[in-house]
Amino acid sequence: MAGPAPATTPVLELQDVRKSFGSVAALRSGSLAVQAGSIHALIGENGAGKSTLVKIVAGVHRRDSGTFRFQGEDVDFGSTASSKAAGIAVIYQEPTLFPDLSVTENIFMGRQPLGAGRRIDRARMHEEALSLFERLGVQIDPRRPARGLSIADQQVIEIAKAISLDASLLIMDEPTAALSGVEVERLFTIARSLRDEGRGLVFISHRFDEVFALCDTVTVMRDGEYVGTNAIAETTNDELVALMVGREVAELFPKTPAPLGDVVLDVQGLSSAGTFHDVTFQVRAGEIVGLAGLVGAGRSEIARAVFGVDKYDAGTVTMNGKPVPANRPRAAIGSGIAFVAEDRRKQGLVVEESVARNVASVIRRRLTKGGLLTSGAENKAAGPWASKLEVKTNALDMAASTMSGGNQQKVVIAKWLATNPKLLIIDEPTRGIDIGTKSEVHRLLSELAGQGMAILMISSELPEVLGMADRVLVVCEGQITAELDRAEATPEKVMHAATRGASTTEEIKA
Amino acid sequence: MSTTTEAQRPEAGSRQSAFVRGLSNALRSREIAVAAVLVLVVVLTTLKSPSFLFGGDNFRDLLVTPSILLLLAVGQTAVIITRSVDLSVGSTLGLTAYLTGKLFSTYPDLPIVVVFLAGLAMGAVLGLVNGVLVAFGRVPALVITLGTMYIYRGIFLSWAGSDRITASDMPPGFLDLGTSSILGIPILTIIALAVLAIVGYYLHSHRGGRELYAIGSDPDAATLYGLPVTRRILAAFVLSGALAGLAGVVYAARYGTVSSGAGVGIELQAVGAAVIGGVAIFGGAGTVWGAAIGAFLLVTINRALPVIGIQDFWQRAVVGALIIGAIVLDRVLSARQERKLVEERDHA
Repeated sequence: MAGPAPATTPVLELQDVRKSFGSVAALRSGSLAVQAGSIHALIGENGAGKSTLVKIVAGVHRRDSGTFRFQGEDVDFGSTASSKAAGIAVIYQEPTLFPDLSVTENIFMGRQPLGAGRRIDRARMHEEALSLFERLGVQIDPRRPARGLSIADQQVIEIAKAISLDASLLIMDEPTAALSGVEVERLFTIARSLRDEGRGLVFISHRFDEVFALCDTVTVMRDGEYVGTNAIAETTNDELVALMVGREVAELFPKTPAPLGDVVLDVQGLSSAGTFHDVTFQVRAGEIVGLAGLVGAGRSEIARAVFGVDKYDAGTVTMNGKPVPANRPRAAIGSGIAFVAEDRRKQGLVVEESVARNVASVIRRRLTKGGLLTSGAENKAAGPWASKLEVKTNALDMAASTMSGGNQQKVVIAKWLATNPKLLIIDEPTRGIDIGTKSEVHRLLSELAGQGMAILMISSELPEVLGMADRVLVVCEGQITAELDRAEATPEKVMHAATRGASTTEEIKA
Repeated sequence: MSTTTEAQRPEAGSRQSAFVRGLSNALRSREIAVAAVLVLVVVLTTLKSPSFLFGGDNFRDLLVTPSILLLLAVGQTAVIITRSVDLSVGSTLGLTAYLTGKLFSTYPDLPIVVVFLAGLAMGAVLGLVNGVLVAFGRVPALVITLGTMYIYRGIFLSWAGSDRITASDMPPGFLDLGTSSILGIPILTIIALAVLAIVGYYLHSHRGGRELYAIGSDPDAATLYGLPVTRRILAAFVLSGALAGLAGVVYAARYGTVSSGAGVGIELQAVGAAVIGGVAIFGGAGTVWGAAIGAFLLVTINRALPVIGIQDFWQRAVVGALIIGAIVLDRVLSARQERKLVEERDHA
């Protein structure tokens, strides 16, 4: 794989760009060179640093070090306004429109055409919006408010904004994630015509088929670092997957084999319009099932539906042969499900409260005597769990907010273990946790499985999934695209299924 | 992405003439609805008791008294549109009303214009303090301005003590402003309407005004968009403060006396007027025209209810019901609009 070989001065050039947030390095060494008149794909796993790189170019973040050139000149954008003024337009994953304002105003906000006395020339603005849409070949009423527009239409408006800015660089961060096939084709047609006008485009996507269909060049990132750049014509699907994964499964994640028992959780045909579709799987006692996939694939949503936090449209959830009613977390807890949510600070803990109170929070009803709850009862109930999990805290009455991420996670787990669950659903068990505590959490999960607990683990870290899970279910765009046994699960196979590498997915299913 | 089956829609829109479109928009607008309620209240009350409109100074007073609330509501609207709120305007009004009297009693020969400018300036400074705390401190405006509401009131109390301004402290030329009219319209009302027109024009037709709406509609998007969010929020609070200062001077001219209780509770009436007039409490939508009509409606209803013979307790309840009704109406209408827009999209 050759390094970037610029024939002419690239529109955008990043060299060894570094960015840290506190002690976490989000971007270690990012490099990217985008030529004018080309579409450049930027790919990498979750957390590879793509979004951070984009935000540096957009002026949202400032880089700590490294070279950043735009149209051959060194730049350092302190705000989104200055990058925009230089001619960079960014379309974020989530379109950023003003719902109350008209489509026209959304396109021209801050740059409205002015008439006499600096008055906004609304008629001209309207005409320009119409001609922009005509050029893009879409029919959107420029007068309607942005509220209620489909994601596809919102993206068209973002693109119209970029064109009206006369941007020489257009960055699209996963623009196709929420689009249908026809809409993707339309977007590609627009992207190609922008390229042919001599603009540079950066296209971030997890769908390899799209990368191959649209782009001219591809840059791969991994763990916050630049891995390589290749011409699309000279690379293959497999090569890109290998570059993206590129590391051995560390031996950090020991799952001791445990005898599998009866089916504990049985999910049949679970569907929720627009989020996931026809999801069917089982988890047995003593088994760890990993839900792998990319961020936004619908894994957390499936877990939340099983636990009854979110509604679902069709399907059944059964625990030990008994149906679990939909949309009632209390009933799910009663049937033996515990759910450690992804965002522990918001959904797992009352951070201002003490450790004891947090641990006792779910079983509180059982601890009351005559309707009253004492701190003594809470401490008594919480003590054994906290010590068992080695929560490093001086006293049970310490506020959870003062603890490290790892210890907070242990408190959340302790809280759920206190309910004696038969099934533990754990979403991103080790996100934001230091290495040491990480392996403690892993050991704990393995131990619990050994004691016969069924565990459903969602993780975006491939090594964690591959190391811990007895069985890996890969979710892609709301559907389970592959089911892999521990023995056959490799990073390549999981990534293929997660990105729907068209041909290989079938292979895995077969 | 919309497909070609939908092609007629924008075309149909442009075939309709601008005039017809403007008219149909206006007829469906919140401003017209509130104005209709206002007219209804005035007509019904006048039928019951003709002196409500025609007796003595009543007509003039129906125009003058709301002017004070109107100024506050206009400033409040600019702030609410950015998804903030300014609760300190009542205290600001009290302070500047007292300043007005104090200036006249200390320098009796001071030109009236200078006093107006002094009121505006003092209000602007107090508004700037709010704006700096909100825009740079990143603390919700509700908390900040609740705090400054008490602080400004405290400053007023310790400055004025048991002192109160009376009509004898102020020159007759100034007090005449409260009673004289041009073409039947009181001068103070003309001042308020002029302010309304300027702010209304700015919010509708200038970049800065539109950016206030954008910021309130989605603050995060406004930042990503590169809009000068901090500066705009600061400006909105300065405007709100300055107009509260102006309202203080008008208050002194209208009533002729200023005690330490001047303007207590009027900030909530200003918020109420804006909400009744269709200004979205979470920002992004609404006009000062609506807020101004809302201010007229609030003041007029308060005067009309006793005339109709409704007890004091119920008068306040009616105002409360109006505010809640306005918010419920907003919710229902925006839910309906959203549903309609989504349906349009799905049938496209």
